[in-house]
Amino acid sequence: MSDPTERVAGRAPLDTATPEVVEPGVAAMLGRQLDYWWTVFRRTWKGSVVSYFLQPWLYIAAMGLLLGGYIDDASSGVGGAPTYLDFIAPGLLAATAMQVATGEVMWPVMGALKWDKTYYGMIATPLRVVDIVAGHLAFAMFRVASAAVVFVLALAVIGIFSSPLGLLASLGSALLVGLAFATPVYAFSAGARSEQGFALIYRLGVMPMFLFSGAFFPVSNLSEPLEWMARLTPLWHGVELCRMGSLETWDSTAVVHVTYLLVLAALGCWFAVRRLRSRLVV
Amino acid sequence: MVVARGLRKSFGSFEAVRGIDVEVRRGEAFGFLGPNGAGKSSTMRMVAAVSPPSGGELRVLDLDPAQHGSAIRGRLGVCPQEDTLDTELTVRENLLIYGRYFGIPRREVARRADELLGFFQLGEKRDAKVEDLSGGMKRRLTIARSLINDPELLLLDEPTTGLDPQARHLLWDKLFRLKQQGVTLVLTTHYMDEAEQLCDRLVVMDGGLIVAEGSPLQLIREHATREVAELRFPVGEHTALADRVADLAERVEVLPDRLLLYTHDGEEALARVHERGLAPVAVLSRRATLEDVFLRLTGRTLVD
Ligand SMILES: Nc1ncnc2c1ncn2[C@@H]1O[C@H](COP(=O)(O)OP(=O)(O)OP(=O)(O)O)[C@@H](O)[C@H]1O
Ligand SMILES: [Mg+2]
Repeated sequence: MSDPTERVAGRAPLDTATPEVVEPGVAAMLGRQLDYWWTVFRRTWKGSVVSYFLQPWLYIAAMGLLLGGYIDDASSGVGGAPTYLDFIAPGLLAATAMQVATGEVMWPVMGALKWDKTYYGMIATPLRVVDIVAGHLAFAMFRVASAAVVFVLALAVIGIFSSPLGLLASLGSALLVGLAFATPVYAFSAGARSEQGFALIYRLGVMPMFLFSGAFFPVSNLSEPLEWMARLTPLWHGVELCRMGSLETWDSTAVVHVTYLLVLAALGCWFAVRRLRSRLVV
Repeated sequence: MVVARGLRKSFGSFEAVRGIDVEVRRGEAFGFLGPNGAGKSSTMRMVAAVSPPSGGELRVLDLDPAQHGSAIRGRLGVCPQEDTLDTELTVRENLLIYGRYFGIPRREVARRADELLGFFQLGEKRDAKVEDLSGGMKRRLTIARSLINDPELLLLDEPTTGLDPQARHLLWDKLFRLKQQGVTLVLTTHYMDEAEQLCDRLVVMDGGLIVAEGSPLQLIREHATREVAELRFPVGEHTALADRVADLAERVEVLPDRLLLYTHDGEEALARVHERGLAPVAVLSRRATLEDVFLRLTGRTLVD
């Protein structure tokens, strides 16, 4: 910005008193946003709480028990799981994390930029772009965590987990899935001029992954090229990870899944800050 | 408080601010006056440390906004041209939450919020949703919000645009009091009366450049005469009639709807016009204003 070659001709540069300016870190700035996100929570929790509690049971009833009944009669075990319910439960958990995460960083981000312009109010304060991104993502992850905890507890009630460790591993995996989706989708929303792109994300991203990334059937059932495509999607890695947790079938490939999701989350963060900056700081 | 040298702002290939020099001193009220698109808001946003300059130098509170944006913003109050209030929240919540962004403890924010609500006569509306406020109240709330961090420097981008005269006068009164409390004010406006009322010093901007600078009185003295006689003739006759009155004033300005005679004595000029057998549809003798300064400098009126 103040490029030395651009000094105004013929005049000495303005001195900066090289002051001792200590800026608070992102964590402190997150704390300053707590009150705001608390009001958002108070305003919106009623809308989400019903679906959080109802959805796991609907899935378990319809797919696990009714559909699963047919499947278990016809075969013994699906993709390494003793029953179809055991197979899809972790898949549904991962898919739920994906859906909650993406939903939280699409319309709400667009709203903060375009409709309510809350981000413009925030950026006029000591908050920096990175703080705003961190605040919103933290809230999105809080929602993912709430949904995931409710889901995992429902699964625990019907005896999906054989140990607390399996439960915690699945829960942690679901959070990682949420983060890996929230950050890149946030980046997309931060640069989007209209909400039309969101429908595209659903149709070309969220829905196909939900159906074909191994939540409902082993991806080995797909033809080879499709199987490989499925194995490249983040949801597949997430589903595998959640399933390793619930079935307690860990092996070294878990490292690959975790790394994949972490890298995606990190890249997403980087893009999110970059895109929001080019939107807010003009 | 603010020093700018050769300050520029480009949007792509378009230069909104084309090299301006400005210095705002502590405790004064400084104005940017100019028509639509002059570059006032672009300048204000650079000073507010939310928009990086494209060239030149800028220091705000002795800091470089490119390096210490967050620290600068922590000591500023900003009332942007467009309200950025959270319409989902109540009036009071807007103040509380905004104050927290500055790291002010909750108890202290609550105390200041109630004080500001009183000062800006919003106490009765404290628990109303922002959606339900009138335009004037929203503007007052935006300014109240900008004061929550007890700023050293208050930036107001068109604080009274869109308000009725009563609401404007109420706001002027509040701003005047703030100034007396020692807050440095920087404001933009296209209202001459606003600039004359509030500003100790101002710059007139046009097309991204500063075309004049000084106190309101200085500017009027330098660029206009003491009084102005306005003559209104039937539409289309103004250009032709200008020559017939040219010698009655120091200068004659031809507008589409009227002639302006710049003179020391407006009434005297009007009397002479009548002596010549000219019969304007309407006449007016008034003191010169910043509008005349602007007209003189740019050949255009401020508010089209
Ligand atoms: N973000 C932007 N991208 C592109 N052009 C911009 C942007 N912001 C402002 N401009 C242009 O820069 C010029 C100056 O705009 P600015 O808002 O600074 O004017 P202004 O003096 O505040 O006008 P007004 O009185 O209408 O508020 C205008 O021509 C405007 O279209
Ligand atoms: Mg403006």
